[in-house]
Amino acid sequence: MSAKLILEDGTVFEGESFGSKVNVTGEVVFNTGMVGYPESFTDPSYKGQILTLTYPMIGNYGVPEKIILDDLATKFESDKIHITGLIVSQYVSKYSHWDAKKSLSEWLIENNIPAISGIDTRKLTKKLREKGVMLGKIVFDGEEDIDIVDPNKDILAELVSCKEPITYGDGEKKVVLIDCGAKYNIIRSLVGRGVTVIRVPWNYDFNHLEFDGLMISNGPGDPKMCVSTVANIKKSLKKEKPTFGICFGNQLLALAAGGDTYKMKYGHRSQNQPCIDTETKRCYITSQNHGYAVDTKSLSKDWKEWFVNANDGTNEGIKHKTKPFFTIQFHPENWPGPKDTEYLFDKFVNML
Amino acid sequence: MVNKPKKILILGSGALKIGEAGEFDYSGSQAIKALKEEGIKTVLVNPNIATIQTSEHLADKVYFLPVTPYFVEKVIKKEKPDGLFLSFGGQTALNCGVELFENKVLEKYNVKVLGTPVRTIINTEDRELFSNILKSIDVSTPKSFAVENIDSAIKAADKIGYPIMIRAAYTLGGRGSGVAENKKELIDLGEKAFAYAPQILVEEYLKGWKEVEYEVVRDSQDNCITVCNMENFDPMGIHTGDSIVVAPSQTLTNSEYHKLRSVATKVIRHLGIIGECNIQYALAPDSEEYRVIEVNARLSRSSALASKATGYPLAFVAAKLALGYSLTEVKNSITHVTSACFEPALDYIVVKIPRWDLQKFTRVGKVIGSGMKSVGEIMAIGRSFEEVIQKGLRMIGQGLNGLVCNTTKINDIDDSLINPTDKRILGIAQGMLKGKTVDEIHELTQIDKWFLYKLENIVKIAKELKKSEDRKLLLVAKKNGFSDKQISIIRKKEELDIRKLRKKHNIVPSIKQIDTLAGEFPAATNYLYMTYHGDEHDVGFDNDKSVIVLGGGAYRIGSSVEFDWCCVNSVMTLKKLGYKTIMINFNPETVSTDYDTCDKLYFDEISFETVLDIYELENPEGVIISTGGQIPNNLAMPLHDYGVKILGTSPKSIDNAEDRNKFSALLDKLSIDQPEWASMTTYDEAKKFAKKVNYPVLVRPSYVLSGSAMSVITNEKELSKYLKKAVEISKKYPVVISKFYEGAKEIEMDAVAAKGEVICYAISEHIENAGVHSGDATMIFPPQRTYYETMRRIKKIGRGLAKELNITGPFNMQFLAKNNEIKVIELNLRASRSFPFVSKILKLNFIDIATKVMVGEKVIPPNKNIFEIDYVGIKAPQFSFSRLLGADPITGVEMASTGEVACIGEDIYEALLKSMISVGYDYPKKNILLSTGPINYKAEFLKSARYLVNLKYNLFSTHGTHEFLKENGIDSTEVDWPLENGDNNAVKMIKDKVIDFVINVPKNYTEEELTNDYLIRRAAVDYNVPLITNIKLAKLFIASIARYKIDDLKIMSWDEYKYS
Repeated sequence: MSAKLILEDGTVFEGESFGSKVNVTGEVVFNTGMVGYPESFTDPSYKGQILTLTYPMIGNYGVPEKIILDDLATKFESDKIHITGLIVSQYVSKYSHWDAKKSLSEWLIENNIPAISGIDTRKLTKKLREKGVMLGKIVFDGEEDIDIVDPNKDILAELVSCKEPITYGDGEKKVVLIDCGAKYNIIRSLVGRGVTVIRVPWNYDFNHLEFDGLMISNGPGDPKMCVSTVANIKKSLKKEKPTFGICFGNQLLALAAGGDTYKMKYGHRSQNQPCIDTETKRCYITSQNHGYAVDTKSLSKDWKEWFVNANDGTNEGIKHKTKPFFTIQFHPENWPGPKDTEYLFDKFVNML
Repeated sequence: MVNKPKKILILGSGALKIGEAGEFDYSGSQAIKALKEEGIKTVLVNPNIATIQTSEHLADKVYFLPVTPYFVEKVIKKEKPDGLFLSFGGQTALNCGVELFENKVLEKYNVKVLGTPVRTIINTEDRELFSNILKSIDVSTPKSFAVENIDSAIKAADKIGYPIMIRAAYTLGGRGSGVAENKKELIDLGEKAFAYAPQILVEEYLKGWKEVEYEVVRDSQDNCITVCNMENFDPMGIHTGDSIVVAPSQTLTNSEYHKLRSVATKVIRHLGIIGECNIQYALAPDSEEYRVIEVNARLSRSSALASKATGYPLAFVAAKLALGYSLTEVKNSITHVTSACFEPALDYIVVKIPRWDLQKFTRVGKVIGSGMKSVGEIMAIGRSFEEVIQKGLRMIGQGLNGLVCNTTKINDIDDSLINPTDKRILGIAQGMLKGKTVDEIHELTQIDKWFLYKLENIVKIAKELKKSEDRKLLLVAKKNGFSDKQISIIRKKEELDIRKLRKKHNIVPSIKQIDTLAGEFPAATNYLYMTYHGDEHDVGFDNDKSVIVLGGGAYRIGSSVEFDWCCVNSVMTLKKLGYKTIMINFNPETVSTDYDTCDKLYFDEISFETVLDIYELENPEGVIISTGGQIPNNLAMPLHDYGVKILGTSPKSIDNAEDRNKFSALLDKLSIDQPEWASMTTYDEAKKFAKKVNYPVLVRPSYVLSGSAMSVITNEKELSKYLKKAVEISKKYPVVISKFYEGAKEIEMDAVAAKGEVICYAISEHIENAGVHSGDATMIFPPQRTYYETMRRIKKIGRGLAKELNITGPFNMQFLAKNNEIKVIELNLRASRSFPFVSKILKLNFIDIATKVMVGEKVIPPNKNIFEIDYVGIKAPQFSFSRLLGADPITGVEMASTGEVACIGEDIYEALLKSMISVGYDYPKKNILLSTGPINYKAEFLKSARYLVNLKYNLFSTHGTHEFLKENGIDSTEVDWPLENGDNNAVKMIKDKVIDFVINVPKNYTEEELTNDYLIRRAAVDYNVPLITNIKLAKLFIASIARYKIDDLKIMSWDEYKYS
């Protein structure tokens, strides 16, 4: 069955469907990671996005079984697929792996996600690189046509956040995790370090809770849409508790600190972004998934740029000069991606 | 931060051998470039004269000397470098450096090893130290015991349980390693391994585990990245050098990929490597269990592959890091924008396939396993596994059309799957065609089903193609790597019909870039490949004047780094002349495929179809086919017929020289003598002809390179036996038989002509008489022992043929000379193996001149005369018999050497000694075993035997030789033949190291040499005792050691040898 990807500029890519037959619209982005599709697709930060994978063969090792361990699905980053649609060059239906339980196609169909193969993904990627991310839609003949809609006009965090506070672990120290679409491995990384995590909805005023540290999660969309979250963080900063944030969390903290964010041309979505710690000059290879960034120049003098991207010089983390507030744009919890910056969780937990 | 040394000594890897090939020309050349950029003086020791790194424009000083502690110390003493690079010259350089360190030579001369510290190197090389260190940081290694004798090895094996794996420490390419199923096999293998190393490892055998590698880079500030990971198609048990390998890994999940990545950086940090290294893993097929197999603390074959696979210049970066730069201070030389501190993202797949040449050897075991046997490799790039594996199988140059549509028949498919040989993948394909399932094949091979499903996919498409050739299916076929030729075979049509058909359907390949970042950043790279998984080109095609140079393809016996030298030099000249240069090549071990060699690099097939596709897009001034050896040369006619402009000599002339009938007629016309020959289609004809010209005769099928399937036949019985074999090899072509002249001298002429006028030429002579393939011969230039009259006549013949064929470009001729009679045996209208050798000795770049004339530049004949050269160059072959278990280490009309060196001396004796030491010979220590062949050779050797007595050597000899020496008043100890039960058994004495040098001359030219002699020769190779099998070479070698002590050999750089 053939399917089409239509971009807002009218460009049409036609290929074969291997997912659900359903028309969708979203922001078309690309990721250059070579492994980790089960982890990526369940990353809530992809909400609203039609994801193009630049690696040309996808599906190689199938999809593992969903096993719930300590209230979290293992091997996935949330309970379901969050991408809106998938674009690949070649879909590999005959997977091979000891841990695989089903094919990628089966999994996508279960989650009602459309997917197209046979696309010149390099051509598409170059287009997105040159023109910036574009809106688009995946359409099938015979299905009712849909309009192209910009998902970033919505508060995407609301769509992926938990609805009620949930507690994980039974450690002495308590960390509030603002869930704007938190990846499970953030929770695992904290609980694994002996911390109790209280995961709260994106707009929940957690300031009445007792906690030792604040973790601001990753999440989809434009951080400026999350006005109430920023207000809650602002309030919390006055308590001067250790505050750590990842990705979207970096942007929210910057906004709470009076700084500004902007939409990048095509963002960073990959597992090979080099980030330099401005204090030690050490460079780390990081996993990333973001379309917005902190404008370093907008920060007040109390703050400094902590990490910087070695490729394009964009902000990769900020830090308060005297208080225990620090956030990063990349994903130390990885899944997918390199584990080089997991030490940041140790740093945070040790400060509690 | 960076404390730059002023002068750095770089050690090369010497001759190409199995396990250590052209990849080190790539790494050494990049290192030198990186140092030059810094303004650091460079001194290079490398006797491999055919390399790019030993070119005038690279290192400041080049020493064509053996890379051994003795010679390197002398160079250090003379040059006084303050830094030393050990990691760019393979295991040869590493071993030499470790020895210099342990002997405190480096300390004595205050030379600092740059990059990875020697202590770290030792920690990675000593297997026990290594596994203890890894244990200390909770990293798993295979259960293993390092032992120093056979008894301990047996005990260790009992503890682990059979089957076990044996590995020798400090060796390259897995030499001295193998799998033992039982105690007997353990003893056999162990004894051989101990001959190479004082320590061996008895290890847990991880059968069926996945084999995965990571290339790791670390700087002195502890930044550490993995540039590439690779997964072997063949699971554990087959040496990674003999495995089909893909990059990136295909069957690893995120968890596995990054778990191994984390282990890699942890291990490399702990070991303290600075620069580049490689870490190899075994990964369980049913869990996340892993074992670290080894770390190579140096640039390696895998790093060359990774560098080409990702576009990340590993050797260049490693050199910068060795100087103290951090990764963030080095720019990504592909994007020019981003930092070198990143990990490439691939948006394509590459496959490496080894190239074996096992059919060139007699008695060699064809089964591949833990010891490497391949002589070269190819890399194919594409966007699906199907696409790259089919491209790759065509690239290895063994007549395959891809996975399917081949003539090679695998008779016993199960056997081919269980006991892997170089043809296993064909066994898989043919098994599938016959209905074998993926599960069944997986059971027999343990190859991951992912790969097998992909192969099955190709087989299915081949079946569908039988039924249809509609557009949809054609496109599917092209996306799955089917060539036009393959499709034409299935459709029973001509290749060009398919080309026409697909173009009608607008099925054409897309040109894509390798940019290290999967398109994320704009790249300034012209590193390209073709794929059918695309609908636009990444690059444009301008109207600049450009020339396509076709590379040499996979290194193999008969064609290796020397053709890469020719191609790179051709490109350099074209650049100087203002042409845009376009290279097509697919060999990852080359400099020609380096990112900065040419303006555009198509890392793709050198086939009619692909070259034409590129030609039509690029519309160049023409194509140079004469610098890359026989592979591009073979395309001359088909491309020409299609209307492609071939630069240089007309393809018609090439055909006239290569077609035996046409060439012979031409020689007759010019009254040039040639050995009597005839082309035969039946055995009876052949028999009659051989009788007429008198045996011995040389028999071969027509149209072949480097004498494959050639043989010297001495009688009718042999002829009948041989013809069965030859006919089977080449049904299509008749068998050619020519008179073989015993005792004739072989002389070669390398030359360049313009429009039929010879511009420059170099005549060289072989030490060995005719009967030894020119690639295996020891070559002297300028000739020292050839009559002036002979030289003059050769020159005249060369001129005549150049004129007659209107040659424009490089050519090479081979002659026989006996009693001052000259016969022409071969003419190649292309550059030859010896072009870099004669160019560098004469200090006149023949390829530069050839390239100029081919593009129509006027060249004034240079005024360089060999009579004014005050020195002699000798080129010596490197054999890799020790890697080829069972192979009879003799030379004959079939080429067997895998590489070569050339050294310079004041006379032939000095040059010969340097060359022979460079390829692994040494002065005999005390006891020499002689077995000098037929009676005429025995007589010829007498004087040499006397020399040896005068030099106070103890002579040992087999019965006949002993008798002969005794009759002539020379004392020698008589030894027993290997198959006799005497106390002085020759093999036992070699094994026990009583004998330290063997001269064993075969009695005739046939393959079926007497078993006794074979056993002696093989024992010498297996127990690492120097062996000479040619009477002429033996004589000259002995004359040389009689004249020169090792101390007398002059330590002089290339530029110090001057014209008078």
